[in-house]
Amino acid sequence: MQTRVFLLIAIVAAAAVFFAARLISNDYVFFAGYTVLQFVVLATAWNILGGYTGYVNFGSAAFFALGAYSTVALHKFSPQVYRRWVDDMPDWFSSSVHSVIDPVVQALFPLSIPTLIVIGGIISAIVGLGTGYLTLRLRGAFFAIATLALAVVLQTFIVNWDYVGGSRGAYIIRPNELEVEPWLLSTWTAVKGLLPAWLASTTPISYIQYLFLLMLVLVVIALTVARGIERSQLGYGFATIRDDELAAEASGVPTLKLKLIATTLSGALMGMAGAPFPYYIGYLQPSSAFGLEYAVNSIAMPMIGGTTSWAGPLIGAILLGSLQQYVTVTISSSVNVLIVGLLLIVFVIIAPSGIIGLVQGWLRRAQAGQGGK
Amino acid sequence: MGVSFDLLINALIAGILLGGFYAAVTIGVSISFGILDIVNIAHPAFIILGSYIAYIVNARLGLDPILTSIVMLPVFYVLGAGIYQVYYEAFEKRGQESLRGLSFFFGLLFVTEVMLILVFGVDYRYVEAWYIGPSWHLGVMDFPLRMLVPCLAALALFGALQLFLSTTFIGRAISAVAQDQLALQLMGASPTRIKRIAFGISIATTAVAGALLIIIQPVEPSVGREYIGRVFAICVLGGLGSLPGTVIGAMLLGILESFTSTFYGPSWAPAVAFGVLLLTLAFRPAGLFGR
Amino acid sequence: MALLEVQGLSKRFGGFVALDGIDLAVAEGERIGLIGPNGSGKSTLVNCICGTLVNETGTVHFDGAAVDGLLTHERTRRGMARSFQLPRPFVTLTVAENLRVPMLYAVNARPGTKLTDAEIDARCAELLSLVALGDKAEQHPRDLTQVEMRKLELARAMAAGPKLLIADESMAGLSQSEVDDIVNLLIALNERGITIIMIEHIMRAVMKFSQRLVVLVSGKKIADGKPDVVIRDPEVEKAYLGQ
Repeated sequence: MQTRVFLLIAIVAAAAVFFAARLISNDYVFFAGYTVLQFVVLATAWNILGGYTGYVNFGSAAFFALGAYSTVALHKFSPQVYRRWVDDMPDWFSSSVHSVIDPVVQALFPLSIPTLIVIGGIISAIVGLGTGYLTLRLRGAFFAIATLALAVVLQTFIVNWDYVGGSRGAYIIRPNELEVEPWLLSTWTAVKGLLPAWLASTTPISYIQYLFLLMLVLVVIALTVARGIERSQLGYGFATIRDDELAAEASGVPTLKLKLIATTLSGALMGMAGAPFPYYIGYLQPSSAFGLEYAVNSIAMPMIGGTTSWAGPLIGAILLGSLQQYVTVTISSSVNVLIVGLLLIVFVIIAPSGIIGLVQGWLRRAQAGQGGK
Repeated sequence: MGVSFDLLINALIAGILLGGFYAAVTIGVSISFGILDIVNIAHPAFIILGSYIAYIVNARLGLDPILTSIVMLPVFYVLGAGIYQVYYEAFEKRGQESLRGLSFFFGLLFVTEVMLILVFGVDYRYVEAWYIGPSWHLGVMDFPLRMLVPCLAALALFGALQLFLSTTFIGRAISAVAQDQLALQLMGASPTRIKRIAFGISIATTAVAGALLIIIQPVEPSVGREYIGRVFAICVLGGLGSLPGTVIGAMLLGILESFTSTFYGPSWAPAVAFGVLLLTLAFRPAGLFGR
Repeated sequence: MALLEVQGLSKRFGGFVALDGIDLAVAEGERIGLIGPNGSGKSTLVNCICGTLVNETGTVHFDGAAVDGLLTHERTRRGMARSFQLPRPFVTLTVAENLRVPMLYAVNARPGTKLTDAEIDARCAELLSLVALGDKAEQHPRDLTQVEMRKLELARAMAAGPKLLIADESMAGLSQSEVDDIVNLLIALNERGITIIMIEHIMRAVMKFSQRLVVLVSGKKIADGKPDVVIRDPEVEKAYLGQ
């Protein structure tokens, strides 16, 4: 199946999910669903570098938090703040700045969430590229350690940066109206007109539904990118790096370049997943942005779901994500992470190819059984 | 420069003492990573475990933490040997150490940390001993005993280990296993057994390191994570596989952190290790004394 | 002008000198045999020529240009290919896909070359039949025998469309007829125009294959000339008998 077709199917599936969720007149579905979708993106992003290329990233939280904090920083960069900065500069400078930059700032800010997502992605991509460039020429173990240390260091920087709230955290107040692009609004109105009445429910899209929708879009993008890579020359290159990097080099594969591509893509997707997070959560503290669950889950979900295909992280994220929602609500959030950690250990030892591997194994044995008859 | 000599010299001393302690923390990794090539990022989790054990014994029985840790050495050794066996069966034999081995230790790190949270909660714990509190003064120089004693204990640990590795048969076999497994087999020693012993020793050191940690600072379960960066930064800086290199690397990092702390504030200290790690990897990956 | 020109190449590992001032010139179309006792530095030499290891001193010229400092994949793109002593197949790819990789990444990266999918498939099929692995195209390397893996290793090196092929001990542990197969295969390749350096311990194969014999002992080249002359060189005899 061509990637284009896959994209189409993914979009249709995503739309179906969205409308189905709207039928349940309980916003909790969207709150919980957002988290699961977020994990799908993180797990898929991790898997591009981890599963396809074989390089483990322990610092998913760092890239996620970068996206979140770039949103916070830009959110706080309101025209008032900007004006205060410029007014602090010498008069001759500030007056020219005002005339040129003012209208631009007024028009751009406050930035819409899709724009923030793109920016978050770019920033995370750059950091991923930088970390990769410094450490990917060495063994995979060094890269893994560097990513872990990166998370700690970024957290240190953020905690010391008062502009984004430091350790006290930052409040992100959701705007009262939906900051939706006009073209999106008119598309929605047109679509609504085409749908049967029961589907085009007249309840307006609440803010959480909007965030859910954005995350759905990210999921479609992430899954399409992952699958696209799998079938492409790039995918072959990644696989050879994972299988035997020395032989890959000898076969003409530019391993460093490909590893950097993987790192950058992976980081970008994680940053994009993090960008809307401050709006989702309302109050962002470094400890929540850099939390345990992001690092463990980004690894556990693909490893448990299966690392060789785009479907693995999806399955792992949906299963584990839902499990965690249940456990957090019924038991506690610490037990939640404990269960994920234990599952990771168990699966890594017993079922290294994840759920997909298990299913493939059953299918193969079933076919062999039938063939033998 | 308006920096007082007092401040400078005491920052230096604090750095050296801290460095000694960091050496104790890192020595285990110097064996597991430097010699056995196993990336055990769960190492700090075992250290924290050691800290908590020292804490309980100290709180309930009033025993000195360092004494406790010596008693715990065999327990941690067995734990380490057991973990190596699992690692070997599940990963090394199958040749899949890299991705799955790393994930395994990562899982261990988390599970340990979360179980400690569940059992002890997130409050800081500390121990009490006669040397926590007083300082030894020498002119303008201050030697806080709660840093001096762990530093000395760490150096003793290092000395003992270095002696073991260079004089006993098993010790030399451990040093050799990194270089030539075949020669080892020809000598009649099983590489797997030697590696298991080495890994057991590596984890045993965490019992001591944990006790020293909780003497130096109050501990709560997530403290381990700060040490992952430090431990590997020191290993890489000192040069993998070189125990003396580890001690020197630890001292250097300790001094760097101490100066950063004193002149820029303690909240920047965790970033120092990472900076060191990145710079070393970028410019001299073999470290100062590496093979 | 020589296709491959190695001058004064030295490589140390810590205090151990693995290669000491090696000079080697290989003309286009030659069949070179490289022999030497275990640990004499043969594989190290291959690694330095291909860029997997970085030599401390000396230069390597290939096809008229200096390649020092170039990464391995760049050298492969320029026309150097090597097989590994212990086969290193891509285990998650099929046998045919193993051959696609060098075609996609080495051959297609050359200016002016752009194989279509059909051409790649055709070349894969041709190479596979050349090494008698045609019926195993869709299987995975783990399903192959040792011999078949070695052949795959050679086929993969050939898939990179090299001007120079370095075959590192491809015949260890093979039966007599299997050894003959590989030697004939290499000679056939050479007749197609590929320059070949064969590293081997099996003297029968080396003598049959080589137009020129180079002997490495303890990191130094001690002989370089016609096979029947070199083999009677007292230094060479001592190196082998002395083992």
